Amino acid sequence: MSYELSGWTEPTLEENLIRAGFDRRDFLKYCGELAAVFAVGGAVIGSATPASAASVPAEVIAEKLGAVKKPLVVWLQLQECTGCMESTLRSGGTTIEDAVLRLLSVEYNELVMPAAGDAANKALDDANAQPHLLVVNGSIPVKDGGIYCTIGGKSAEQVLRESAKNATGILAVGACAVWGSVQASKPNPTGAVGVDAIITDKPVVNVAGCPPIGEVITATVAYVLTHGALPKLDAQGRPLFAYDQRIHDSCQRRAHFDAGQFVRSFDDDGARNGWCLYEVGCKGPSTFAACPIIKWNKGTSWPIQAGHPCLGCTEKNFFDNYTPFYQTLPNVGGFGVESTAEAIGLGVVGIAAAGVALHAGATAVKQAASRRAAEGNEPLQAFGDSERVWLPNPKKVEVAPEAPAAETTDDSEKAE
Amino acid sequence: MAKRVVVDPITRIEGHLRIELETEGGKITKAWSETTQFRGIEEIVQGRDPRDVWAFVQRICGVCTSVHAIASISAVENAIGSNPPPQAKAIRDLVVTAQEVQDHVIHFYHLHALDWVDVTKALEADPAKTLAFAQAIAKSAGVTSWKGNTVERFAEVKATVKSIVDSGQLSVFTGGYWGHPAYKLPPEANLMAVAHYLDALEFQRSMIRIVTVFGGKNPHPNFLVGGMACSIDPNKSETVNQVQIDQIADWIAEADEFVHKVYLPDALAIVGVYKEYFDIGTSAPNFLAVGMSGATFAGDPNTAKSTSPHAEVKPGVILDGDFTKVHPFDPAKITESVASAWYEGDTPLHPAAGETKVAYTGPKPPYKWLADDDKYTWSKAPRYDGKVMQVGPLARVILAYASGHKRTAELVNVAIGMYGIKPAQLNSTAGRALARCVEAVTSVETLGTIFNTFVEGLKKGDIDVFDSSKWEPASWPAEATGYSFVEVARGNLSHWVKIKNGKVEHYQAVVPTTWLAGGRDKDGNPGPYELSLAGNGQHPLANPDQPIEVLRTIHSFDPCMSCAVHVLDPDGQEIQVVVS
Repeated sequence: MSYELSGWTEPTLEENLIRAGFDRRDFLKYCGELAAVFAVGGAVIGSATPASAASVPAEVIAEKLGAVKKPLVVWLQLQECTGCMESTLRSGGTTIEDAVLRLLSVEYNELVMPAAGDAANKALDDANAQPHLLVVNGSIPVKDGGIYCTIGGKSAEQVLRESAKNATGILAVGACAVWGSVQASKPNPTGAVGVDAIITDKPVVNVAGCPPIGEVITATVAYVLTHGALPKLDAQGRPLFAYDQRIHDSCQRRAHFDAGQFVRSFDDDGARNGWCLYEVGCKGPSTFAACPIIKWNKGTSWPIQAGHPCLGCTEKNFFDNYTPFYQTLPNVGGFGVESTAEAIGLGVVGIAAAGVALHAGATAVKQAASRRAAEGNEPLQAFGDSERVWLPNPKKVEVAPEAPAAETTDDSEKAE
Repeated sequence: MAKRVVVDPITRIEGHLRIELETEGGKITKAWSETTQFRGIEEIVQGRDPRDVWAFVQRICGVCTSVHAIASISAVENAIGSNPPPQAKAIRDLVVTAQEVQDHVIHFYHLHALDWVDVTKALEADPAKTLAFAQAIAKSAGVTSWKGNTVERFAEVKATVKSIVDSGQLSVFTGGYWGHPAYKLPPEANLMAVAHYLDALEFQRSMIRIVTVFGGKNPHPNFLVGGMACSIDPNKSETVNQVQIDQIADWIAEADEFVHKVYLPDALAIVGVYKEYFDIGTSAPNFLAVGMSGATFAGDPNTAKSTSPHAEVKPGVILDGDFTKVHPFDPAKITESVASAWYEGDTPLHPAAGETKVAYTGPKPPYKWLADDDKYTWSKAPRYDGKVMQVGPLARVILAYASGHKRTAELVNVAIGMYGIKPAQLNSTAGRALARCVEAVTSVETLGTIFNTFVEGLKKGDIDVFDSSKWEPASWPAEATGYSFVEVARGNLSHWVKIKNGKVEHYQAVVPTTWLAGGRDKDGNPGPYELSLAGNGQHPLANPDQPIEVLRTIHSFDPCMSCAVHVLDPDGQEIQVVVS
């Protein structure tokens, strides 16, 4: 990490860095990297035209940045179940106490803040008035004038828009904030949508999952602070560091798929021998997530290890597109061999190999609007009678020019 | 002259709750409990595969994760006649009980404590005196001081608090009611509590791994109609085996130590400083529970078999504050009223037949005041035999106490003696906080018992966890109905399902927070939250801008608003919405 995350013991950034052993030269270099985070000169994190360090003397940036305090965070909970905050509490990486007490100044979060009512609303208004990082859990029910979720008498949409106005970066955390999740599944009684359906003029990072792994949530926040830019994203806006691998490709049971060894019924001999769960409905072949790599709850286990098929909770509209959950994914023969597995990748997920190239070319920032506007993308079907899954055709996705702020360097040695 | 006060958002709860009040002379005269989120999950599960539904309804709540899933699979099993093997039930019992203990600890430290603890006052504490304080309260609770209580730790926590206060950026503590005269703890108690607030964060991360072993993740672990998906062969490397058994034994021991040596002494001491709250927050004198925490029944609790612990405490109802008499529980007497909720209909209905049609009559947001209208909430109002009931740890502790459960009686009597209160005063803000702690103690002790039973089964070669005979929909009757009751962290939960031709035709959940947070019924009787604030006109609210007294009482119920609201339109009719 480029600076000691738990070392925010002094009021300002400069004092903290000096305490951490930075010299002036390092500090000036570091200022350039952090410029985007703190919106110096009105820049937006990772935007295509960030604060132009070239036109502003480093000393000026240093002076401004040196006085900067802990990054301000507004953490909203809209229409949701609080599972994402619970997952955040369970993170064994950057812990919630590190994040809230040392790393950031989280000035609004309903689950943990002592203030309520007017005092809470004032804390939110004050934070909204300054540049801040916005984290959003939950969907936005837009039907019927926003009556299905109100906070402080305001609709969730109004709350989101007010907080997004001065946000320097937006993290949509959890399936609800990303695509609406369970309440957006058919018939979507409340018109629930994700954050990037409402906020279209700023980059939105989609930390997908129901919920996402706690370590992934906190690492996304820490990534922004460490690198001074949003993480590189896939075509769905998900950070590559946690969503660049298919479950199927990192799965501990993959060898059994390739060998044609399948669980046919729960708790059968195959199940007791750790065979592949594909035939009892596993959605791992069509799901991008780091569950097999990071695992859950301090690395204790993950769904497939514990014998249950993957539900595909990091994918769009999984409650509609991947149900019935115990039905086998279509178009794959009983004898799993490499070619068949590739067919899943090509046919259902959207070209795993090309996806790698896409990922490599993707910039740290991909405007939500450009993701949606990319025309010619082929919709693909997971199940015969379900809604078509929107999947990108990598050839047609526009790749924004590499933003200078997105260039990152490994500064790990400097913090030593 | 009456003054109108709005507290929205109520923070440190799950979901979105708004409280509207009228006050006069520093006392609350009227109160309205207003749930402001609706998602319609029960409508969404209509027409789906009943074996999938647990995954949908589990998302009713991420704090009460697991429990809705278990209630759902139990109800479906009851409908289709599936019989999960005993070890699968034991695993579910372990999950529910572990969840319950973890949930109570999180509630006390992270959701309720800051109503009693002034973080900024911790700066005035001396770390050495703080250790002495921690040792003293451990002694009076009859335990030895926790190993994590050290001068070094308290000094470190004090330094953390100092760095936050000195930086001028209070982070989540921004806007807190610091220095409010209602905060009464001595500086050392504040510092100790802040340290334990942080320790409890690590505790909950550690303890929840018990659930992860069997469910693969938390929040929202996986479950299975007919049993569990995790195989448990002691002689296989890919199943739950001795490696996980040893880990779970450690985690249970850790949880046991934390609850006995940290939570129990802290709760007894803090409640003791705020003893006046045994006379504040009194609510309906009627209590309902189907047993002690974790009791799970597929079908009628009076006849269905349960593997759950404490079978000696039967389902029961306590009425009119008479703790000497336990009335039998009859599920047929449950109805839900929509008189104050934004749904159509006049007649309170039983959940198995509950029909609900959205009919919003409130103002278009943004709005300033809701309670001028008869309808002001998304939460329905459940009643038992027409009566307003309390559910939750207090109801279960009172039921166990009245049923002569020894360990519960022992703990309750210690507290009663310590504070010089009458049992009836347990029906109060302080009583609910105390009951939650008493229950955490009995639950964590039970956790060890359930685990031992599970391991004994393994030793005897009992390793089946799935009943495959009713997995295929072809094995189900064309039409079937089922239900289940589970005593979960926040109280009595029931799920009700009707299956037709292999699909869900009707689904309803009656949830603890619905029992508690619901508004006025058709007879105008306020719900439990409303009664606790305005039932006797004596609830204090010194400064309406800093409604700390209101938070203390509402938090004592441990609200979970996402759970409270759900709707089903069983006839598939179009939902009608009227926006004024």
